[in-house]
Amino acid sequence: MALSIDAPLVKTPEQLVGIDALILPGGESTTMSMLLDTSGLRDPIGERLADGMGVFGTCAGMILCATEVLDGRPDQRGFSLIDMTVRRNGYGRQLDSFETDLSVDGLADDFHAVFIRAPYVERVGPDVEVIAVHDGIPVLARSGRCTVASFHPELTDDTRLHEAFIASL
Amino acid sequence: MSFESTGTFPVKRGLAEMMKGGVIMDVVNPEQAKIAEDAGAVAVMALERVPADIRRDGGVARMSDPEMIIGIQEVCSIPVMAKARIGHFVEAQILQSLGVDFIDESEVLTPADEAYHIDKMAFDVPFVCGATNLGEALRRISEGAAMIRSKGEAGTGNVVEAVRHLRSIIGDMKRITQADEAELFGWAKQLQAPLSLIQEIAKTGTLPVPLFCAGGLATPADAALAMQLGADAVFVGSGIFKSDNPSPRAKAIVEATTHYMDADILAKVSRNIGAPMTGIGMDENSVKYAERGW
Repeated sequence: MALSIDAPLVKTPEQLVGIDALILPGGESTTMSMLLDTSGLRDPIGERLADGMGVFGTCAGMILCATEVLDGRPDQRGFSLIDMTVRRNGYGRQLDSFETDLSVDGLADDFHAVFIRAPYVERVGPDVEVIAVHDGIPVLARSGRCTVASFHPELTDDTRLHEAFIASL
Repeated sequence: MSFESTGTFPVKRGLAEMMKGGVIMDVVNPEQAKIAEDAGAVAVMALERVPADIRRDGGVARMSDPEMIIGIQEVCSIPVMAKARIGHFVEAQILQSLGVDFIDESEVLTPADEAYHIDKMAFDVPFVCGATNLGEALRRISEGAAMIRSKGEAGTGNVVEAVRHLRSIIGDMKRITQADEAELFGWAKQLQAPLSLIQEIAKTGTLPVPLFCAGGLATPADAALAMQLGADAVFVGSGIFKSDNPSPRAKAIVEATTHYMDADILAKVSRNIGAPMTGIGMDENSVKYAERGW
């Protein structure tokens, strides 16, 4: 990435060794949940997260971090890192996907955010810090070393949220 | 309510970006759609007949019955794609009205217009289009396609055409990055493609939208081959539900697409998944779908 930070892909348990923090990116959370099991990554990642490894989950990654998922698949399992309830595809189908400018706590200027079949945050726990909202609904939040976004900072060239995540570690 | 923009190009391309590294599977009914989702597909393509059956039956192949598309949307939580005939913008309007997540303007269906493809800018839903070479890919992108798939030869279970088309598209992009400014005009003329897109490729070395591979993939090794050649993701059509044992094959192809560089994993997932579809050789193939589209 453009921040002078090594950002290797992690697809196997061996590739997790030496990683300081993890980004769980966008994609299909059902596919990611299946591949976490078949790759043997679920337990090693779970152990590292329990030891305090930082994580930034975006869209499907947010679903994998939330304590409660609505409209998910029954066999879909995440890491239960941040006390919130999210509804999968809660903003609707692709025709409801959108882009918008967000006011983000700690950033001087708005952040341009792209939402793709995004998860909808229905509840956040008392210990969760909400960093940005859209139409009154949390879309960027943090709890301890876990940051989650219902949009895709990886789809735009603006690196400020990645910088803030790294600074939070 | 704050300002939101829907149906923009970044929003269309964004969904294509989210499918990178994944497998999109052809399904003809809700049961197959569930099998595909269970196996880890990133999206399903809802159609009435897989290409191998369209090939066998002959006749005119059209957009699927909306009722079957709705039936698949109801059981699936992953994106649902559907096919419209080349140039048939009314089929596309109907698919958009149904709320499909992506439209494939597909040469597998019988073309409706021999001169023009659909004006994809006029739609809020994203489109994927096939291409056999870079010029075709860039013409589709200039019409508004948010994803390109190399065409291959659908319904054959034979990967050779997919490899040819992928190598042609990626090979020409590599050559364009070596060209000087003056030569880019020649490339635009030769490829019959917009100069601005050629100039963009000269800088980036890649298409401005994701490049997926389709048409003839039947095994986990085929999927990994496409990925190693430079595809961003794969479509598997007849290859799954025309095989002996679709569910384990579907899952193996998903794992192979993720771990495409790891031969040990490819060897492991390729075991005990039953026989692939029989497939047909190109010299036995009388109808080339890839020649449809212009």
